[in-house]
Amino acid sequence: MAVQLAESPPAATQPPATPPAQTTAADTNSAFGHALKDTLITGLIALGLLGPLVGFETVVRDTGAGSALGLAYRPVVVAVMVAIIMVGRLVLNLTVWSPNRVVKTRSGPSVFDRMGTAVGPVVKPALFAFAVAFPLLAAMLMGGLNESRYLIDLGILILTYVMLGWGLNIVVGLAGLLDLGYVAFYAVGAYTYALLATSAPINEFFSGLLGETFWANWAFWICLPIAGIFSGLWGMILGFPVLRLRGDYLAIVTLAFGEIIRLVLINWVDFTGGGAGIASIPRATFFGVPFTAGEDGFAALFGLEFNPMHRIIFLYFVILALALITAFATVRLRKLPVGRAWEALREDEIACRSLGINTTNTKLSAFATGAMFGGFAGCFFAVRAGFVSPESFTFDISAMILAIVVLGGMGSQIGVAVAAAVMLGGMEMLRNLGFLKQIFGNDFDPSLYRMLIFGFAMVAIMVWKPRGLVSTREPTIFLKERKAVSGDLVKEGHG
Amino acid sequence: MDVFVQQLINGLTLGSIYGLIAIGYTMVFGIIGMVNFAHGDVFMMSTFIALICFLLLTTVLGITSIFLALAIVLVVAMFFTSLTSWAIERVAYRPLRGSFRLAPMISAIGMSILLANFVQVAQGPRNKPVPPMVTDVIVLMENNGYQVTLAWKQVLIMVVTAVLLAGFWYLVQKTALGRAQRACEQDRKMASLLGINVDQTISLTFVIGAALAAVAGVMYLMYYGVANFADGFVPGVKAFTAAVLGGIGSLPGAVLGGLLIGLIEVFWSAYFSIEYKDVAAFSILAITLIFLPQGLLGRPEVEKV
Repeated sequence: MAVQLAESPPAATQPPATPPAQTTAADTNSAFGHALKDTLITGLIALGLLGPLVGFETVVRDTGAGSALGLAYRPVVVAVMVAIIMVGRLVLNLTVWSPNRVVKTRSGPSVFDRMGTAVGPVVKPALFAFAVAFPLLAAMLMGGLNESRYLIDLGILILTYVMLGWGLNIVVGLAGLLDLGYVAFYAVGAYTYALLATSAPINEFFSGLLGETFWANWAFWICLPIAGIFSGLWGMILGFPVLRLRGDYLAIVTLAFGEIIRLVLINWVDFTGGGAGIASIPRATFFGVPFTAGEDGFAALFGLEFNPMHRIIFLYFVILALALITAFATVRLRKLPVGRAWEALREDEIACRSLGINTTNTKLSAFATGAMFGGFAGCFFAVRAGFVSPESFTFDISAMILAIVVLGGMGSQIGVAVAAAVMLGGMEMLRNLGFLKQIFGNDFDPSLYRMLIFGFAMVAIMVWKPRGLVSTREPTIFLKERKAVSGDLVKEGHG
Repeated sequence: MDVFVQQLINGLTLGSIYGLIAIGYTMVFGIIGMVNFAHGDVFMMSTFIALICFLLLTTVLGITSIFLALAIVLVVAMFFTSLTSWAIERVAYRPLRGSFRLAPMISAIGMSILLANFVQVAQGPRNKPVPPMVTDVIVLMENNGYQVTLAWKQVLIMVVTAVLLAGFWYLVQKTALGRAQRACEQDRKMASLLGINVDQTISLTFVIGAALAAVAGVMYLMYYGVANFADGFVPGVKAFTAAVLGGIGSLPGAVLGGLLIGLIEVFWSAYFSIEYKDVAAFSILAITLIFLPQGLLGRPEVEKV
């Protein structure tokens, strides 16, 4: 794979007006004074920003006559935070932003990109092998199947988000439609399975026809495609009226739809069970063979000793397969005319229209495809948890999936997977780090900071590397030779 | 009839608050064409700043005059909220000018999440109830024991909104800053060629929007007597709905939209179902954007190549 490094020779990169090599003492002094002044102003602003909300804490004190509000003071925390900001700013002022520093200009792929391109071909099979071998590794590492439950559960969670990220990637990364209500399709998928699987009439119909346990055993496998199709249909229904809108309007309307669906799930108690949700949803089966201890269970059939972990490991492979199907479908779709139309649409809608692409149909197909994969993931969520409630489908989830897609670099498959693993896995790891508790006190809970870090990371990535961490793109069409290009040269994601 | 009048009063009060927030959305959209997604959370932060300032004044400094306290709270909240909004624009939006289309929007969403969770971490997730501040009411009508009342705080909210709007109208129509703003709205490049400091004008737009949101925040705290970290999202979306309904980019439109959304929400809750009042507001947003994208008082948007 030929990487085009457009690094110009050093002589050309230095602008003619570079500062002279010997800076006088006065220059250095003024630079230092400037940096110091800037640091002081930063400190004042930081104090203004953090002072009120961090310095004072409103505490609800429950007294006998009811609750009253009081104030607690945290001057030390503010002082420490402001000091950290000031020191950071001073260091940056004297090094990176120093006026005496010669800026190296370079177009072409950055270090991350070159690393991504160089390591990329190795990373993909390695990651795939790791994902397949993960349950075995976890069991060996923890010394037993039952002990590895925590790790495998975490793996399932990460893979669910990887799949959701890849699904949303089709909408945001490929077609360039910012969808803030992706969780709605996740919810539609989950509720489709939950409602169909627990429905008594369907159960009676099949028990008369194919035996008592048929529906309980096969519900997941029959409902999985139904959930996907149904979510895709909802994607079309919701998408049809709104896809004429421009980018940020579309984002807000999809957000509104996501909230409407959640509110309907909460308030339509007769149909969805309301806020209490739907419980005792049939579990997943090994293609009709339930994971039970009985005669016709999975363990007995394969001559194994019964272990509840079989079901968990099976679920892990189900979500792995689903995620890989999503990735594979995306890769193939990119090479089809419709995939090319998506990317063209993202780059320039008016040009697309003038070239005779039906933009409404193209957008709708992207929206519906993304929604369908969200539906599959939702169906899987319902079967794994055995319980669904509207609480699981808040805007926070949409935001988290979007954050994963953005961090991974919109359009990059591997980036999304890595971002999901880092963000979710990293948070879980933080939770288990004992020394954090020693520093911040015993009631320190890193999970509280999860969304805070997600939000911060989204802003930081947009400001620092708007194309995401993995930002090289491989063109789908090329003449003679495939050249990786920096993401900076393309619009929303892929090149 | 009694219920109708009472709901009308409540709706206008709520609508005033939405209108004040909506101005922030509409101005920012007008000048840089982005939906400042974090604006709802800036509003929520202002309720917390107001709450802390109010507690400091009443419990620590022992100020007993409620109106003096409210006036100080208003000024303090406006100052700190404006500072926050200025910093947000400087850090999260300004570097993205000229970046690709979705970048500022994604940055704003990140900022919104960041602000809401920052307040949650710093102040805790519990509802913060404030003792009722202005409790006097005027009885307008009395009919079979049902009283139609107009609370003084409702009068206060409507009067403050009206006064601020008048002042703001003057600012945009008659002053140099307003002219600069309108010029940037029409053509940023041309404005900068003619010697307008575009960056500064945009910063000031954010500051003004945040100051108005802070007024709304103080009013909200006074009216509902509760502050919560999650209370930025839904009012934010509703205020955005108001801005869209009135015609985004149009200031009178934002207020008209705010009043309409407030009235619709209150009447919907009173006559249909209180559970679906948010669904009603969100549906209005979708319906307006689909069928009337230019809003009631807005100009139709022309797509430029």
